[in-house]
Amino acid sequence: MPDAHAEHAQTESSGLAHQFEDLAQQHDADTLGIWIFLVTEIMFFGGLFAAYAILRWLYFAAFEGGSHILDIRLGAINTVVLLGSSLTMALSVRSAQIGNRRALVLFLILTMILGGAFLGVKAYEYRQKFVEHVVPSLDWAPEGEVLARLAPGGLNHAQLYFFFYFAMTGLHALHMIIGMGLLLWLVLRARKGDFTPRYFAPVEVVGLYWHFVDIVWIFLFPLLYLIGGRY
Amino acid sequence: MSTATLEPRVQAPRNYLNAEYGWKSWLFTLDHKRIALLYMVSITFFFMVGGAAAVLMRIHLIEPQGALVQPETYNKLFTLHGVIMIFFFLVPSIPTVLGNFLIPLMIGARDLAFPRLNLLSWYIYIVGGLFTLYSAIAGGVDTGWTFYTPYSSTYSNTQVTAVVVGVFINGFSSILTGLNFIVTIHKMRAPGLTWYRMPLFLWAMYATSIIMVLGTPVLAIALFLLALEHLFHVGIFSPALGGDPLLFQHLFWFYSHPTVYIMILPAMGVVSEIIACFARKRIFGYKIVGFSSVAIAVLGFLVWGHHMFVTGQSIYAGLIFSFLSFMVAIPSAIKVFNWTSTLYKGSISYEAPMLYALGFIGLFTMGGLTGMFLASLATDVHLNGTYFIVAHFHYIMVGGAVMGYLGGMHFWWPKISGRKYPNGWAALAAAIIFVGFNLTFFPQFILGYLGMPRRYAFYPAEFQVLNVMSSAGASILGVGYLIPLVYFIWSMRYGPVAEANPWGAKGLEWQTSSPPPTENFTKMPVVTEEAYAYAAEEKINRA
Repeated sequence: MPDAHAEHAQTESSGLAHQFEDLAQQHDADTLGIWIFLVTEIMFFGGLFAAYAILRWLYFAAFEGGSHILDIRLGAINTVVLLGSSLTMALSVRSAQIGNRRALVLFLILTMILGGAFLGVKAYEYRQKFVEHVVPSLDWAPEGEVLARLAPGGLNHAQLYFFFYFAMTGLHALHMIIGMGLLLWLVLRARKGDFTPRYFAPVEVVGLYWHFVDIVWIFLFPLLYLIGGRY
Repeated sequence: MSTATLEPRVQAPRNYLNAEYGWKSWLFTLDHKRIALLYMVSITFFFMVGGAAAVLMRIHLIEPQGALVQPETYNKLFTLHGVIMIFFFLVPSIPTVLGNFLIPLMIGARDLAFPRLNLLSWYIYIVGGLFTLYSAIAGGVDTGWTFYTPYSSTYSNTQVTAVVVGVFINGFSSILTGLNFIVTIHKMRAPGLTWYRMPLFLWAMYATSIIMVLGTPVLAIALFLLALEHLFHVGIFSPALGGDPLLFQHLFWFYSHPTVYIMILPAMGVVSEIIACFARKRIFGYKIVGFSSVAIAVLGFLVWGHHMFVTGQSIYAGLIFSFLSFMVAIPSAIKVFNWTSTLYKGSISYEAPMLYALGFIGLFTMGGLTGMFLASLATDVHLNGTYFIVAHFHYIMVGGAVMGYLGGMHFWWPKISGRKYPNGWAALAAAIIFVGFNLTFFPQFILGYLGMPRRYAFYPAEFQVLNVMSSAGASILGVGYLIPLVYFIWSMRYGPVAEANPWGAKGLEWQTSSPPPTENFTKMPVVTEEAYAYAAEEKINRA
């Protein structure tokens, strides 16, 4: 059985970078690397959340008024969409682990579709902000019912709320877009058959990143949409 | 340039320097040693840019009314000097050059865990640097390296956005480097290399990487918000619109105080290696020196408020920050005392790297002790914003970090280049730097104590003598920095060929040839003894 043995040896070493002794060491390094990266992401978003917390504490009424301008249904739909994409992402990793290439490609594409849907809804929401003239600095002229809701908290302070709305959801959306690029890269590699039950670290690493971006949204949704007792 | 001179090189064994030729083999290299050299050239360039700004400032300050430039230009010079020296020289210096080169060698690995990420971090650094250079050429920035609001938001009409984007981008280089180092040290150590057998340089690099990974993202978000504020004037840092300028200072110092330890911890690691080698002794209290690096990294995150004692921060917060700042003195002092104890009854030889290391200990002690003045609430009210601060942090950053970097370059240069430099010139340069440094910065302690504020283009006439002394010292210091540059470059062609272990030092990096082959070791090493096992060898020599 010399041929089979050689083939086995080749599958074992495929995907192994020269600096590692074996795939197990490489897998450990890859996963530790992404976990540390996610820690840096927590600190990155953490600074923004801290700034948000301080100003929300100072100007609660303005933040509450701003929150009530947002469309809670769209936010809720996006939460469900994103959680669904986390499920399909988890199924992608599982498919890679058991070596089911077709399922892997399918679930990766599903994840991309759900991610795209999220971004589409987000883009629509951004457009609404321009319609309502509640874009800080660029288009800040709230009127009518919107103005009535924002006025009690002070317009300057409401502008700060919308600044945080755009900064936080914007950074989150940027992470989603990067994630979509990574998913596309995974789809292309998966179709070539790069991943095996022994070598699937890229799928797992991108998966962890994707789940992290989801979790950020899980915090953003209540912090931005659900302020105050309107329900 | 005949074939006769080239012939011996052809016969030289393959190493990382002669493995490939051409610019592509450098700009697309994934070898950690070549990337280290890319960084070495880049940070040397930025050091000279930042140094040139310092030279102009010191010339300007020879006369009380200012000898050279307009006050606006002076503001731009000290900003450029600070930004370049901190973000583009000191923070990357030892980690990206010596850390990149040595970590895989010291732990017995073929490369860092993520070579492509390593190269990417160099490109990110270069892009960040280009933005910063652009900001200087396009008119400069006058906010000071701290970018305090509202100087940088409401009142600035200079190139704040470009430089903030440059520093923001550069931060990701730092983050990726730290991430790479942590994973490498965790996952790629040779068989037998337990945590307590690691050289102390690795402990220092590990602690540094923790700060890079945890601190830099917060700077990134602070600068992100600042750039948005500068561009759109939404008011997050503007009291008129309900924002809070102190919020920026909190976010900024949350990174920028720990950054001081990004600069000093690697130098401490270098000094531990040098002291052990040239005292021929294991570092006294190895474990506690290692853990003191981690302690400095952790405590360093809890003291940022001492930069804000006079900003209207709560007095109770000030008390706690003051107390915690004093706590940092404990692990720092542990290191100094333990290096001194290592020297006790050691077989000391005064090679050039050792001179830099001893210089480091003296200057760092001065810098550290004067830091105590500034950690005390009452004295800080008097000294804050004066030249006392300038002198204090230059003793840490230049007297400490740059001395450590130069000591490390002298220690590992034979390994990096495969050549030796002239020891006499190196010793002379070390002496010139030590004298020039003290003449530059010691007068500034006195100036600050007498009340001369920093960042002013003019000063009262009675301060002229001390200012002239400082400027004279700066010119000596400048000469001291140029000498190593000359003989390092000279040695690459004309220096005597270095053997694998010219200092008789311990550590895996000395067991492979100089310069090392591309994958570092011809046979992957196994570690069987603790770090700095000089004692056994000494017994043999004595017998």
